[in-house]
Amino acid sequence: MRHIRVQMTPLDVRAELERAQTRGPGALVSFVGQVRELEAGEPILGLHLEHYPGMTERALEAIADEALKRWPLTEVVLIHRYGDIPVGEAIVLVLSASSHRRAAFEACEFLMDYLKTEAPFWKKTLSATGGHWVEAKASDDAARQRWEST
Amino acid sequence: MLTLRYFARFRETLQCEEERLESDAKTVAALMKELAERGGAWAQIFSEQSGVRVARNHEMVSFSTCLEAEDEIAFFPPVTGG
Repeated sequence: MRHIRVQMTPLDVRAELERAQTRGPGALVSFVGQVRELEAGEPILGLHLEHYPGMTERALEAIADEALKRWPLTEVVLIHRYGDIPVGEAIVLVLSASSHRRAAFEACEFLMDYLKTEAPFWKKTLSATGGHWVEAKASDDAARQRWEST
Repeated sequence: MLTLRYFARFRETLQCEEERLESDAKTVAALMKELAERGGAWAQIFSEQSGVRVARNHEMVSFSTCLEAEDEIAFFPPVTGG
């Protein structure tokens, strides 16, 4: 089962976790990505997230399907925000559920590594002096590539 | 007729979000060459393949991908979500 959502409104992590827990998977691993106070050493007010409606949903579905193919998962949840997000708030929530912990742990990491390099989102910092587009990191490409040989 | 879309830094720099274009380009690479010939910011972005990502009809593709008449082609910098 996969649950994909792209939304502008704040992400209710607790509600999503509780919902997933009621289905009693055995092992549930979650990752929450939040807006940091500092971006490249500079204090920021938040991030603006742009995305490509239509392609975004399709890319997230493909990433979730790939995880469901690789591990015996009972559920995958991918929720990503767009628009203006203040410091401290959640940008993304990834949940992977399985009967046992190993599949859930591995799948959660896989989902994030793929999302970082495949899903069409772009971050721009919001700061008192304007803001700038965040550059992609080579380490994110490397993190994704390690799954290609497995 | 192709639909071309630009995102994030490309959209801002080119001051263009979307356009319709009649083009003889057979591949993504040929289309990029055509766009680079516009000069200025277009040349800066499209004369080199590094730093450019492309989607054809909502799917990431390589520069050698062939184009079809009614394709939606999107150009954007490497993604930074998550």
